[in-house]
Amino acid sequence: MSALSRRRVLFGGAAVGAGALLTACTSNNPTENTQVNTNEGNDNAAPGEKVVIGFSAPAADHGWIGAITSNAKAQAGQYSDVELKLTEAGADAATQRAAIATLIAEKPNIIVMLPYDGKELNAAGIQAMQAGIPVVNLDRAFPSAAAYRLQIKGDNYGMGLAAGAYIGAQLKAKGVSSPVIGEIAGIDSLELTQERSQGFTTALAVYGFKVANRRAADFTVNGGQQAATDLLQALPKMDALWNHDDDQGIGVLAAIDQAKRSEFFMVGGAGSKAAIDTITKDDKVLKATVTYSPSMASSAISLARLIAQGKGMSDLVELQVPKEIMLSSETITKENAAQYAKLGF
Amino acid sequence: MITETLPAEKREPRRLDEGTIRNLGLIGVLVLLVIIGIITRPELYSDPAWVRNNILVILQQASAIGVVTVGMTFVIIGGGIDLSVGAIIALAGVWCTTVATQSFGAAGMIFTALMVGIGVGLVNGLLIAYGKLVPFIATLAMLVAARGLAAQISDKQTQISTNETINAIATTRIFGIPLLVYILAAVAAAGWVLLNRTTFGRRTVAIGGNEEAARLAGINVKRQTVLLYVLSGLCCGIAAIMLTSQATSAQAGMANLYELDAIAAAIIGGTLLSGGRGTIVGAVFGVLVFSTITNLFAINNLETEVQNMVKGGIIVAAVLIQQFRYQSLTQLFKK
Repeated sequence: MSALSRRRVLFGGAAVGAGALLTACTSNNPTENTQVNTNEGNDNAAPGEKVVIGFSAPAADHGWIGAITSNAKAQAGQYSDVELKLTEAGADAATQRAAIATLIAEKPNIIVMLPYDGKELNAAGIQAMQAGIPVVNLDRAFPSAAAYRLQIKGDNYGMGLAAGAYIGAQLKAKGVSSPVIGEIAGIDSLELTQERSQGFTTALAVYGFKVANRRAADFTVNGGQQAATDLLQALPKMDALWNHDDDQGIGVLAAIDQAKRSEFFMVGGAGSKAAIDTITKDDKVLKATVTYSPSMASSAISLARLIAQGKGMSDLVELQVPKEIMLSSETITKENAAQYAKLGF
Repeated sequence: MITETLPAEKREPRRLDEGTIRNLGLIGVLVLLVIIGIITRPELYSDPAWVRNNILVILQQASAIGVVTVGMTFVIIGGGIDLSVGAIIALAGVWCTTVATQSFGAAGMIFTALMVGIGVGLVNGLLIAYGKLVPFIATLAMLVAARGLAAQISDKQTQISTNETINAIATTRIFGIPLLVYILAAVAAAGWVLLNRTTFGRRTVAIGGNEEAARLAGINVKRQTVLLYVLSGLCCGIAAIMLTSQATSAQAGMANLYELDAIAAAIIGGTLLSGGRGTIVGAVFGVLVFSTITNLFAINNLETEVQNMVKGGIIVAAVLIQQFRYQSLTQLFKK
């Protein structure tokens, strides 16, 4: 028994030591990379009445959602008259609904919300609007127009269109008549994934091209790596590849390296900093990416402030901020990458 | 069945026999899948270089999940379940790719991943053995908590591995076979020896078959339980390095739902979910069946949802066969 306890002490000591060593390894210093508008030379930026903005976004672990929250914080930090109340939305739509109810009770001047699901949080939007708090609906759209004051979102269908148009034009320029085109989608059950794929198919059809093989991943790096490995094996020769998401694209590019393939070119999606850097360096198959920028969170904060202060957008004639804004999906290539570098997330 | 588990030596020949039949069945399924592949895509299968590469791709895709399944098989044989394996991989992957850890080089990263795996496994084991939590609840709680911690450490960002040695693990080939496949083979071989040729293995089978009887027979059930979860955690640590190397990065969402794939592979490999019986070879074949199905669906450009339905069907079929065999065996005994 005493031998056993000595062993236990030894093991315990080793465990504590390893633990101490490990906790030292959690320190992380990722480069701050937020997208803010510094508002130089903008009359609207002059401090006005104080605005309390309530903010709620899913606590997802995807780079894009991470960028949404950090952008919102950074943009709010640019205004001396804005106070940002962040609420963690928890893990699902129900928790976010509860978080919104709490937020409404705190009576902020305006709420910016990226819902888990537009349909599921629609009622929460209406509830806030009825309580007299305007809602800025970020990215995932509420079906009811009564649920938001402003809707600002990306264009998933347009993203597919842009990717398809770029690939079509490139292949046509190269004179490839019946190209083999691959597609790596995100989570297949999401509406946004379906919209992206529909846009892609539509744009390719203009050139008479179609997708030869489509694999769905899960927006994670290792999901992307596995889907790409499968796709590359299924298509021994490929001309072009569209990957819906730059975050999973890190895994896709790794799989392409591991399979030692380079006979095709690849287009990404979203416009991450890593992707823009790779396009600029031009040393991998990734030649372009179509944007779906989390900068919309920064813009949402700026516009929420204007709405609360009763101001309009200075370049427009209207006295108030419009009701809907859809960002256009732009194509980033080597030629214009420098210009977009500050928008990478 | 319960009383049968203890005199393991006596039961050895018949159990081996049954295992062999099952493994032959799984090989049959694999052959069937390949035949379907040949019929549906003859032009691909007519190229020997492609076929050779395809086998390596299937093995490579099975490697990380295979390592996890070996650990899972031990836990299930020991009468437990580990729902936290995917989360442990994510935590180990994220922890070993922080800026601080990467500054210690490849050895530091590997050490960290293994230690995190062992550490989380230890917590699981202690909670279950000494805290008397049901394994399902303890590891479910760990699933949520470990992913949360992983998200916290990574600040929800994808952490890119800049370490060439780590990234080279996925690209290295020895005699034309990926290093990842050797790792799976080594882990599976070690697992087989541990389960079939050591007292550790016999104790595992004993506590899974009948915990009380094992305790009365003088086995330290609690310590054995802790060790099983530590073993599962260690396998997750190894898998985390493999996946990090493959994706050249790690993030809190990685290895999503690996727990289900690992449990399913162990089950179709003949591991009894109630514990007390199971084989490493079967578990590895189980993983290979799933990996081959994925490959078959990929080369035929079929949608993932159909693939998931087929996977579900295979799991149900495997368990049904298992029950049927079990019932017919017990009926034989009654007669």
